[in-house]
Parts: sequence; C-alpha cells; structure tokens
Amino acid sequence: MSRFQVVSGKGGTGKTTVAAALALALATEGKRTLLVEVEGRQGIAQLFETEALPYEERKIAVAPGGGEVYALAIDPEQALLDYLQMFYKLGGAGRALKKLGAIDFATTIAPGLRDVLLTGKACEAVRRKDRGGGFAYDYVVMDAPPTGRITRFLNVNDEVAGLAKIGPIHNQAQAVMRVLKSAETAVHLVTLLEEMPVQETVDGISELHAARLPVGRVIVNMVRPQLLDGTDLDLVRSVPRTELARSLSAAGLGGARRGGNAERLVDPLLGQAEEYAERYLLEQEQRSVLGELGLPLHELPLLAEGMDLAGLYELATELWKQGMS
Amino acid sequence: MSPDPAHAQKPPHAGGPAPDAARRLPPAKLLDVDPLLDDPATRIVVCCGSGGVGKTTTAAALGLRAAERGRKVVVLTIDPARRLAQSMGIDSLDNVPRRVKGTEGDGELHAMMLDMKRTFDEVVEAHADSDRAASILANPFYQSLSAGFAGTQEYMAMEKLGQLRARDEWDLIVVDTPPSRSALDFLDAPKRLGSFLDGRLIRLLTAPAKLGGRAGMKFLNVGMSMMTGTLGKLLGGQLLKDVQTFVAAMDTTFGGFRTRADATYKLLQAPGTAFLVVAAPERDALREAAYFVERLAAERMPLAGLVLNRVHGSGAGHLSAERAVTAAENLEDPRIVDQGDGKAGLRNSPDLHGSSDDPGSGASDAPGTPGTDSPVEGSPADTERADAEPAGTEGSRPEESSPKDAGAHSADQERSVEQLTAGLLRLHAERMQLLSREQHTRDRFTALHPEVAVVEVAALPGDVHDLTGLRDIGVRLADHRRELPEATA
Repeated sequence: MSRFQVVSGKGGTGKTTVAAALALALATEGKRTLLVEVEGRQGIAQLFETEALPYEERKIAVAPGGGEVYALAIDPEQALLDYLQMFYKLGGAGRALKKLGAIDFATTIAPGLRDVLLTGKACEAVRRKDRGGGFAYDYVVMDAPPTGRITRFLNVNDEVAGLAKIGPIHNQAQAVMRVLKSAETAVHLVTLLEEMPVQETVDGISELHAARLPVGRVIVNMVRPQLLDGTDLDLVRSVPRTELARSLSAAGLGGARRGGNAERLVDPLLGQAEEYAERYLLEQEQRSVLGELGLPLHELPLLAEGMDLAGLYELATELWKQGMS
Repeated sequence: MSPDPAHAQKPPHAGGPAPDAARRLPPAKLLDVDPLLDDPATRIVVCCGSGGVGKTTTAAALGLRAAERGRKVVVLTIDPARRLAQSMGIDSLDNVPRRVKGTEGDGELHAMMLDMKRTFDEVVEAHADSDRAASILANPFYQSLSAGFAGTQEYMAMEKLGQLRARDEWDLIVVDTPPSRSALDFLDAPKRLGSFLDGRLIRLLTAPAKLGGRAGMKFLNVGMSMMTGTLGKLLGGQLLKDVQTFVAAMDTTFGGFRTRADATYKLLQAPGTAFLVVAAPERDALREAAYFVERLAAERMPLAGLVLNRVHGSGAGHLSAERAVTAAENLEDPRIVDQGDGKAGLRNSPDLHGSSDDPGSGASDAPGTPGTDSPVEGSPADTERADAEPAGTEGSRPEESSPKDAGAHSADQERSVEQLTAGLLRLHAERMQLLSREQHTRDRFTALHPEVAVVEVAALPGDVHDLTGLRDIGVRLADHRRELPEATA
C-alpha cells in the first residue's frame, strides 16, 4: 500500500470528502495519517466541523480502533518562507521579500513554483521520520487539485527541474519527482456515474499514464441505491394505471378512482420511475466504461441525509471494508 | 433526453399548496433570463461558479437562447467537455470563434474555446516587432508562463474577453470562467500578473542599477541586491537570466500589462456586463456561490443573479417521504395488513366516499398507519412467504380493495404490481428527501442573500448531447416559474 495517496476528481464529485474518509480509513486500528489540503479552500475544516486550519499539522479526528488523523492546510506563501528559513536562514529577508511582492510572485506567478512548494511540503511529510526512526505518518493523503489539472500539478516538478537547470529548486524538484513517480505514491480518481465525470476520469488516467505517474484506484462516489430493478422497470412500461392506483390505495394512500388521491399519484410516480429508468441505463453504461479501465473500482453510497461528520465515518468504514486501506 | 421530467412536474402544482408553506422563507427574487438576454444594452454575460455545477453548459445554453432570440452571440468557453463542444456541432473548438450551425431564427451563435498559449502568443505578436516577438516566444520562461501555470488561464480569459469586446462584432459575449481553485482567482489573477509584470520586482530584476540612483531607495537597494542574489541562488542563475531577458523584451515592446488588466477590470464593472453565479443546490457549491456574491459586491461588479442548476422537483410533492415509506412497508409486509384490518379499512374508506379528498385529509390518515410496529422491514423472506401463500393474503385483504378486477390476474402478477408500487413509493421517498435537502441549502443561501435573484433549473436525468438538449436547458432557464419545486411537505 502506497504511503502517499493523492485524491483527485472532477469538481463536484466530492474528492475532499473521499480524501477525508480515506485518511480516516487508513488510520483505522492505531495508524497515524496526515490529510493535506493544497487549494486553500478550508474544505477539511468544514468537513470535520472545526475552525479553519492554520498552517500547522494538527490532530483533527480519532479513527476507529484508536488511530489518529492529522490535518494540514498547506499555504504556499508560508511554505516558501519556511523553505527560505530552512535553507538560507532568511527569516528577516523573507519579510522584506514579501514587502516587495517577491513572495507573491513566487507563489502565484512564477512558473510552477507554487505547485512545487505544495507537493514538496507533502513529500517532506511522507519522508519525515520520528525520533524512533520510524515514519512520522503511516500515510499521507492529499486532497489534490481536480482531474483536469492533476497531471500538470504533479508533473510540474519535472518542468521546473528542466527550467531551473541548477540550484536548490532544481534539486528540490527532482527529489519530489522521485517520490511522486515511485510506488510510494498512488493517484486515485473520484468520479460519479455520469458522463462528464467519467469521461474526465478516463482522460485523466491516460494523462497520468503518459506522464508515468502511478495511477491507483477509481472511486465512484454518491452511488444511489437501486430501488427498482430491471423487472420493475419493464413493468413500469406495461402496468395498467388502474392496477397501480388500486395498489396505492391498498397501501393506504386514498382513493383509487379517477381523481382519487391514490389515482392522482400514479402519473407523477410513473414519471419519476421513467427518469429513474433513464438514469439507470446511463449509470450502467458508465459503469461499463469504468470497468474497461481495468483498475480497482470502489463504490461509495450517496448519503440520504447529506454529508456530515457521521456520514464521513460511514464512508471511511465503507472504504475500510472494501479493502482500500 | 426525455421531456417527461418536466411534464411530470408541472400539472400537480395546480393542486393543494404545501401544508407547511408558512414555515418556509419567502421565495427568493426570481431571475428573469429573457429580458437580460434580449436587452441590447447587455453586451457581456459572465458565468462564474465552482467546478462541476454545469457552468459551461449554462453558458452555452444562454448563448444559444440569446442567438435564437435574434442576437449575434459568441460563447467563450474555457475548458469544455468534449461532448459539450460536440453538442454545438463543433468537434474541436479553438481560439477562433466558429459559427454554430443549426440554430433557429435570425440570430447567430458562434463558439470558441480559449487557447491560453495561443492567446498569449497573439498578444506578443501584436505588440512586438517580429524579431523581438520571436525572441520572446522562444524564451523558456515565457514558454512555461504561457503554457498555463497558475493565473495565466484567468489572465488570458480576460484578455480574450477584452479582444472580443473591442472587435465589436457581436451583440453579446457569453463567457465561461476557468475552473479556478478558488472563487477569487479569475478576478485576482489578471491584476496580480499585471502588477507583477509591471511591478517593482520586475524592474529590479531587469535593471537594478536604475533604482540605485534614487536617494530614497538607497536603503531598499541594499535589500534588493541581496535579494537578487538570493533569487539567483534559489532559481538558479540561468532561470533568473531567462526571466530578465523575458521581462526586458516584454517591457520595452508593450508596456502596461497592468493597464490592460485594469481596462478589462473596468469592462467587467461596466453597465453592459452581467454576472451570473452558477451553483447546484449542494452545500459546498452554494457556499462558494455566496462567496462569489460577496466578492462581486465588494468589487462593484454587476451581479444579475444566481442560476441554480439540477434542482429536483416532484409532481407528488404533497406525499411526504415518511408517508411514502409507510405505505411501501404496508405493501411489502402483508402481515401489517393482516394485523391492521380495521385500520386498513378505515384508511381506505375515502375510496368509497368519493374522491374529492384533499391532500390534507390524506395526511391526517398518517397517524393511523401501523408502520411503526412493522416487525421486519420488507425482508426478502417475507416477500417469498407472501408469494407462497397468495390465497391467504388475498383472503385477508380489506374487503373494498376490489378483488373482482384483480381476480382476472394471477396472484403473482398482483404481487409484482405491489412490489413495483412499493418501489415507486420508495423512489418517491428518496426524491422527497433530496428535495427537502435541496430546499434547505437553498433557503440558507436566500437567507444570507435575499437581494440575489434566483432562477432554478430542473435536473436532467442525462447529459446534453446536441443543440436540442442545450435549447431545452435554455427553456428551463427561462421558464422558471413553473420549475420551482414548491412542495416540501
């Protein structure tokens, strides 16, 4: 099992949720994981219902069986200042740089530097040892940028290494790339059973392959329960409305006669069933597209009550049961 | 794509109002899309919002609708899904607007996809003589910057918008915004890039000596030379040199990146521009939308309203999730019917006494339902048992459930109709839960921003594949009054 788990996915697929659930699942039974966020959205804090995360590794949850989840929101500016301090003892000069806009430049404009700092910080946590000589974290999980940008984001070190042909940035970029392209890293993609996210997943995987980045698993999120099966859907097309009305009436929903309460439910309920049937078909198609990828597939249920802390643990348990951790 | 969902939603709204309508917040102001699109004063529509909410599709649908209402429109998309590009009949959108075929009416629809690098190259080529342009284009620092590192996409989108607007060829430009890591980026990045390229740091990098001459800058200059040294160490001397030559070339050929950024910014603030924030009725998307709304207000950008995509409705909104589940349990577990003969009789009595009962009286039935003491919840074993002894089940049915007609069918069929009915009811319960969750997140947004006009767009079961699909979304965008899911009982 790779120690650095990168979670990406199209916007709206719930990649932050899946990353958090994965961090919890990986911490199950006494492990320690670090969940890192790189986009400055404070999505982790919202998910764990805590205040905004500072630039500091902080314990945010206890996993089943006594494991621990730490979280870190990586701020590129702070990461750069850290970095300057670490290599050049430049505390004061760092402030001067900031005043001149150099830090702003370095973290927002300079080609890829921002991404180098973000992945660099995460890789540092992956490699960090504690006093006993073991790894400080058993796993590091990254809530990464979306599928459309993930390859560039992870591969930016390669480009930077080419751009800065010597110097510490070059060395740093190369060191990060060694971790990212090794078996220590796995990039997972979160998708929904809908056309666009699935298409983006397929494209994303071929881009990752082309860049020789290690692809992990595909996680299908928000899978709706199967409420009607194929037989039911066949019947939807053929069933006489009067029979349905009678059945609804027998269930205690009012009159089956024309204009009766039960009878008036028939059309809308059948309408909803037709929508369901259409979606069911689309979902089956998308499942088979994903199946052709030949990657391990996991499915997480849609939580009827919406996403909250309890739901997060539910998803973590699900991932654990499915052997993702 | 089936038109059914839309139809299924409409007629029943004429029926009873939601019983707890009083508890709800007053509905948000309605956003009327057509007047906005028709108004000749509207020249730019910017669609913004977080990723995955259907922003690009909304932009394309608005563009098509405006075109079919007679305007000459160009849609600038940033990173459309392949299928969306195909839906406009254009397999490969590129940096040049292409006419979309198959639109109806007198207007025209053109579409294009932003090519960041190409746009940046064009800027260089337009402002530098050919030798200088060539040297800029060949610079490694330029190549990385233009290939799309943080900020470039946002900058180039705004640059392209400025270009399109300046050509004055179109009545209306609809812009999709990049899937930024945060809401701020597309407003901030152009300014940042502009101020960086025009800024002190750049001047320092390119010509440290110039600054040294000014007395007041002496102190700073000490720091600066140390800094260039540091940057040199950090970036590597060769990269620093690339940056310096790049900036020198840029600077002398076309000054004023910041000026350009400022001009675009002003264009966005101008009265002819309308921002539409796009969201889905989900917590995160609406939180992001609220953030956008606040940010746009702070920047004095003209917000037209919120497009809330993928909103679900139900034609049977008066049947609550709880009652639907209870009814499904009644069907799935015949023992309940066995035990509850008397009650079942009572429940069904409105059957016999005419059908004018309103949903309210239906709801009052609910307390009498025995669902709570359901022993086993629809376990497969029960279903099998029921199949095995259909006669018994039939026999114990409440007398009025018209067994005369039912007798024409086999008991098996009867059973599967009941199964189907139970499934339909559970499906409905799921829908109602979803609906109330959506309503809740929407209400939270409305409470925070009552001033924002909202249009809700009904969810489609599938994706858009062609102009018909886009047109359908356009209809849904404009046809909001009937799309509002009003029932949350």
